[in-house]
Amino acid sequence: MSAATQAPAFPAEVAHWRDEYESFRAGLRAEEPEWVRGLRAAGIRAFEEAGFPTTRLEDWRHTSVSAIARTRFARPSPSIARPVRGRPLEGRQLVFVNGRYAPELSSAPAPEGVQVRSLREVLDRQPELVQPYLDRQASGPGRPFVALNSAFLDDGACISVAANAVVTDPIQIAFLSASGTDGPTASHPRVLIVAGRGSQATVVESYDGAAGAVYLTNAVTEVALEDGAILDHYRVQRESATAFHVGSLCVTQGRASRFTSHAIALGASLSRLDLRQVFAGEGGECVLDGLFLAGDSQHTDIHTWVDHAQPHCTTRELYKGIVDGRARGVFVGRILVRAGAQKTDAIQTNKNLILSREALVDSLPQLEILADDVKCKHGSTTGQLDPLALFYLRSRGIGEEAARALLTYAFASEVVQRIGVEALRADLTEHLQRRLPGPPEIKEATV
Amino acid sequence: MLEVRDLHASVNGHAILKGVDLAVKKGEVHAIMGPNGSGKSTLAHVLAGRPGYEVTRGEVLYRGRDLLTMSPEERAREGVFLAFQYPVEIAGVSNVYFLKAAVNAVRKHRGQPELDAIDFLGLVKEKAKVVDMDESLVKRPVNEGFSGGEKKRNEIFQMAVLDPSLAILDETDSGLDIDALRTVANGVNQLRSPERAMVLVTHYQRLLDYIVPDVVHVLVDGRIVKSGGKDLALELEKKGYEWLEAPAGPR
Repeated sequence: MSAATQAPAFPAEVAHWRDEYESFRAGLRAEEPEWVRGLRAAGIRAFEEAGFPTTRLEDWRHTSVSAIARTRFARPSPSIARPVRGRPLEGRQLVFVNGRYAPELSSAPAPEGVQVRSLREVLDRQPELVQPYLDRQASGPGRPFVALNSAFLDDGACISVAANAVVTDPIQIAFLSASGTDGPTASHPRVLIVAGRGSQATVVESYDGAAGAVYLTNAVTEVALEDGAILDHYRVQRESATAFHVGSLCVTQGRASRFTSHAIALGASLSRLDLRQVFAGEGGECVLDGLFLAGDSQHTDIHTWVDHAQPHCTTRELYKGIVDGRARGVFVGRILVRAGAQKTDAIQTNKNLILSREALVDSLPQLEILADDVKCKHGSTTGQLDPLALFYLRSRGIGEEAARALLTYAFASEVVQRIGVEALRADLTEHLQRRLPGPPEIKEATV
Repeated sequence: MLEVRDLHASVNGHAILKGVDLAVKKGEVHAIMGPNGSGKSTLAHVLAGRPGYEVTRGEVLYRGRDLLTMSPEERAREGVFLAFQYPVEIAGVSNVYFLKAAVNAVRKHRGQPELDAIDFLGLVKEKAKVVDMDESLVKRPVNEGFSGGEKKRNEIFQMAVLDPSLAILDETDSGLDIDALRTVANGVNQLRSPERAMVLVTHYQRLLDYIVPDVVHVLVDGRIVKSGGKDLALELEKKGYEWLEAPAGPR
């Protein structure tokens, strides 16, 4: 990335974060291990070098973060760490408020074979447990938000699934945010998921915020699947409409492991998710599903990188976006098939539905294939509702508004129906019914 | 039931219908035949109100009312049904709920109470028999993954459920093997009634062996150039359309 050679953009804004970092560091316990402090120091250094990304950078060409850069986010003081609304999910879960573990709101999931703890607790008591995994994947050149997250490394969730454990109940972690009385706040939650050899589990990660709150969630999740592990990962972003959300999901897959991601983005005025996946062993399988819904002037961006570094791996990627109002959606999906990654089987699909004249989607599916014995395919469609399908429905007596609603809802349902956690599917269905235009009764018609 | 007078219509600026006159009484079955590109399907779609099919002249009266000012959904609710030549696949929408929404939209329009799930499923079971429709298809997304024959059956099944006064069947026979054709035709015959008018648009005479029309019209270059009894279809089968293709006279 050439940015490092230039003076970073937004110098005053970057300096603000150095000040925040210094005051954060001063408040930390002295007995933390050196490597944790080193990780933070490296984080702030990397962030200062890179600065906030500008749209001159290829990875940020479609998304300007100047609104984030210009906002003086403060660290949330513990006094405002109180519930902002009811628990976002049913059942046992770890709840975080403004990035900090809230034991009073939590009922730690404790199914057999899995440990679910706050990162703060692990760092305080057994930091050696996370040392082999923390920041082994997330950092890298051109990732200033990951660097910033590392600089403020403090709390988050640690999930460790024991080898061969089969965990049927979803493991839920919920991040809630509210703005402070003194203005916008920022949190930098870190999630670490280690799926042991031959294990099987489901993790639901959700991000919610109080209506009207202005804040930044800068989240990083690192997932390591050991050989033969199966992990279903859900990431549901329902931040307040005035919030900023930047997230990274970094996944390493061991031999013959299977990772399924469902990335749902519904909230925030500006939302960006970077999903970076790498096959570190042969015979892995990766399923990436996603849905975003953006209305008004929301901006939602998803970038995915899938790295077929090993042979005999399979990827199935399906992202769908619906934009309305003056919203903008971005999908950039890159699949790299390295030399030697023979028998790769990858399909990438991106479909976008544009509901209004002023809404816009940029879709850039990219395949880079350096091996010669592979099966790869990608496709992208962006457009309005199919006029012939509309006419077909209307010719059966269904009104135009209802027909539009039905088709819009059906468009989303392909992704929704693939959600295996029933409560989440119901929740999302309800959300879509509320957000999408049209009379409610028509929506029961979808499958 | 239906009166078409001097109907002119164009699609994307191309004049397709150039003065169609047609009168169909209730209880009658009319067949409209003609070579490719003569405007048969355009006529069917204009009657159903397809957006983009622009009527440039003439009028259409349906039960004495101006059909052309009604939206497609109003026409459907008033009892007009078009069986599509190419039924549209709609992923994510189940056939059965789609049809329930349609039936209830029609019932609401007629001032009838909406059907609940149980009554509706009873109706579906009964009408599925008309075309030997496999009930598993009823639950699948609309037309998605259906074979050609299954799609056409689904159209007639929908027609049976919606119980229209005027049914327009656009090349319902095309692409069907003889068994499927018999099934579909048998379904259509069961739906013939003194209260219902039907317009069959077809390219081939074959369909008319199974659904015997009262009147046969020949549409050539956007006009009906000849009308007659069911024997006209047999004559067309023997002679082709060429002998009719010279316009019958200035209009």
